[in-house]
Amino acid sequence: MPTAVKMVNIVKSFPGVLANKNVTLEVEKGEIHALLGENGAGKTTLMNILFGLSQPDSGEIFINDQRVSINSPTDAITHGIGMIHQHFMLIPVFTVTENITLGEHSPKEPLLDLETAKNKILEIGKSAGLHVNPDAKVMDLCVGEQQRVEIIKAIYRGANILIMDEPTSVLTPQETDELFVILHQLTEKGNTILFITHKLREVMAISDRVTVLRDGSLIGTVKTKDTNRNELAKMMVGREVFLTFDKNPTHKEEVVLDLQHVYAKNECGLHALKDVSLQVKGGEILGIAGVDGNGQNELAEVIMGLRPLDRGDILIKQRSVKLNTTRDIIDLGVSCIPFLRQKEGLVLTFSVSENLILKEWHNPPITRKGFFDTKAIIDLSKKLIKEYNIKTTGPNAKVGNMSGGNQQKVVLARELSRNPNLVVACHPTHGLDIGATEYVRQQLLKERERGAAVLLISTELDEIMALCDRIVVLFEGQIMGEVAGEKINVDDIGLMMLGVRQENLHHGTLAVAGCSSAETKRCNVTTTEKDTI
Amino acid sequence: MNNILSLFTEEFFYATIRMASPVILAATGEVFLQRSGIINLGMESMVIYGAFFGVLGSALTGSGWMGLAAAMLAGTITGLLYGFIVITLKANQSVTGTAFNIVGIGLTSFLARVIWGIRELPVQVDTIKPWSVPILNKIPFIGHILFDHSPLVYLAYILVGVATFVIFKTTWGLKVRAVGENPRAAASIGINVYAWRYFCAILAGCLASMGGAVLSLVDLNMFVDGMSGGRGYFALATVILGRWHPVGAAIGGLVFGAGNALQMRMQAFGVKIPSDLLLILPFVLAFLAVVIFHGKSSAKPAALAKPYEKEATI
Ligand SMILES: Nc1ncnc2c1ncn2[C@@H]1O[C@H](COP(=O)(O)OP(=O)(O)O)[C@@H](O)[C@H]1O
Ligand SMILES: [Mg+2]
Repeated sequence: MPTAVKMVNIVKSFPGVLANKNVTLEVEKGEIHALLGENGAGKTTLMNILFGLSQPDSGEIFINDQRVSINSPTDAITHGIGMIHQHFMLIPVFTVTENITLGEHSPKEPLLDLETAKNKILEIGKSAGLHVNPDAKVMDLCVGEQQRVEIIKAIYRGANILIMDEPTSVLTPQETDELFVILHQLTEKGNTILFITHKLREVMAISDRVTVLRDGSLIGTVKTKDTNRNELAKMMVGREVFLTFDKNPTHKEEVVLDLQHVYAKNECGLHALKDVSLQVKGGEILGIAGVDGNGQNELAEVIMGLRPLDRGDILIKQRSVKLNTTRDIIDLGVSCIPFLRQKEGLVLTFSVSENLILKEWHNPPITRKGFFDTKAIIDLSKKLIKEYNIKTTGPNAKVGNMSGGNQQKVVLARELSRNPNLVVACHPTHGLDIGATEYVRQQLLKERERGAAVLLISTELDEIMALCDRIVVLFEGQIMGEVAGEKINVDDIGLMMLGVRQENLHHGTLAVAGCSSAETKRCNVTTTEKDTI
Repeated sequence: MNNILSLFTEEFFYATIRMASPVILAATGEVFLQRSGIINLGMESMVIYGAFFGVLGSALTGSGWMGLAAAMLAGTITGLLYGFIVITLKANQSVTGTAFNIVGIGLTSFLARVIWGIRELPVQVDTIKPWSVPILNKIPFIGHILFDHSPLVYLAYILVGVATFVIFKTTWGLKVRAVGENPRAAASIGINVYAWRYFCAILAGCLASMGGAVLSLVDLNMFVDGMSGGRGYFALATVILGRWHPVGAAIGGLVFGAGNALQMRMQAFGVKIPSDLLLILPFVLAFLAVVIFHGKSSAKPAALAKPYEKEATI
């Protein structure tokens, strides 16, 4: 097999980090080659070098056995390399055709020639199974379709080597399956695919070979069929990891959180939550599954009293809290692990101990007669640092300088050491490496065993299925259905994430709604607009 | 009743077309600039530089057309400087624009005093004379209104059409819009974000200064302190009101022209409304437009007023 891409001894340093240490990567023509590694392993850095977005300190690149130097994305494109970024590089208000032809030479230069382009797009779509309406505006498309636009965009520019950076992180299971079908069709046509991921299941499902990076170093390249998940996990993390959890039965009786027909609005005054009713009992973990942006954040905010209720009621331990402040709710024993840990969970410029007391600062023993008891604070911090295994130089270290995993441990220590009745955990393992992820999940299970009610919001289906006793699926702010215990079926959850109600799941022909609403997406656009001028 | 109708004569419409043209010129440039993601609050300064350097150029060379060239050069340089500050240095655009205006008004009055001294009547210079379009100007009623103007006035309206075509029908326009919507995406496919933004900044400066030259070399034949009279601000409002479309902005410009023409005629007719009130009318409208429409339109470029930072990692 000829090699499509060969990167030899690539070294790349950033101030303070060696992101790639002598990495060598060889990709055969026509294969799907997975690049596996934890967050921060250096995958994106390596691919940015291949795509000309950054320059290596040293090392050589060969494309089709020719030594090349790639100084810009334009160079990469001339060598037939296309990159589909983790965050799509599309312009929401443009049509699909405009997005794809943007920056390309038009046959009628300088006039646009969208008709010719449209035909070419349809042709590419037909040959590779990439169906998309060329006249649709990108903002009206769902994520899976937007990704297809990105793929067509790369092929339109003549790419036959496609780099996909964590392409499944934004997709539902069905969309992921569709993508895999497309990728196979693309390789059958002679394209080569570099598939970046940190998910073992996907590596096993799609790749021909896999290269593992850890801490910027090459660990090895293996044939997928000669390896297994445990071995790959070990290569990736550097030690034995446990991919499954033992869940002990718990005693579930008391309803801790009770949402009754809750409605809430988003920033645009549209309903982000519509008639949401759910209950979480002590000793159970209720999972909220759904594609990001379907009301999950608003749900956490109404429970914490950060977003006004429009209609309905919220009861915590049988007490209505709809008129209470966030402080009152916290004092009822509610803890929250917020999604944006660096913005909402921590004050990055504060020290570890200051962050640890953010919730209980006004209570003894931390405050006595209106003054902080410094010794008590330091003692408490030292205790928590030990208990939660936070790697830091001490209670006075700045939280902003710590790694993501350790920052999350500070949040966990503060929130869980209060022995809460209810834990609202929003994407608690997002962006963490396997070790830290494992730790966070263990902690949530511990809370469950202690008898706390846990509401787990996550877009990682694996996580939800591994931890939760029951799962409800949110779509456009509505509950599509609920599945419990042993009867969990990934396909059903996936369909509900796409907007199919549970009662319609097995009705022969499925009316798949397909897309999260354009209305919600436009709202996101306007909210980001607010910080202009 | 008769009295009020008599305000709307042929002359009124003629004045509307003429008085709208400086605003339209400035607004057309501003549409490009905002489409590329930069807001230019400093247009007022570019208008007054155009007015001043137009007169200076004409005084030095004895030719109104050379005056126009000087005005365009001044606008180009101001646009380039504005671009340097907000694109390369990434300074806050509102603050920079406001500073430009304060400097512009002050600097031009200062230079006028230094160069021409303090006089009873400002220096009078050669102008850009009207050029009637043959035959067409004989069409009853509209002939005079539309076709007896200075070439600069025709140019303003022609440019509205050209700008619309360029923005929506050419690859250049697509690139400008892309840069204003999502500069990172544009850069990822090899579009030079900085270059396009600089180009638009220069274009906007040049057109705003041409608008200024209309004031001093077409409407009058001299420079008067502060003669831009808020037209730069008004052009900004028409861009927002006109939903970032050259035609929309031009309609806003015509409203301004009509308001101004009306206001002048009412004063001439001795209508009993305080003239100060009439003078602020266009700006009240502009203010309301910004308050009501700002940020709500989907036509608004998503990256407007956000500096673009190149990054190695995306
Ligand atoms: N532009 C940059 N400046 C400084 N450090 C960077 C930059 N880009 C990446 N890094 C660092 O390089 C390391 C590898 O990052 P990255 O390639 O993004 O990892 P991955 O894609 O595998 O998650 C990380 O420690 C990250 O913080
Ligand atoms: Mg990455």
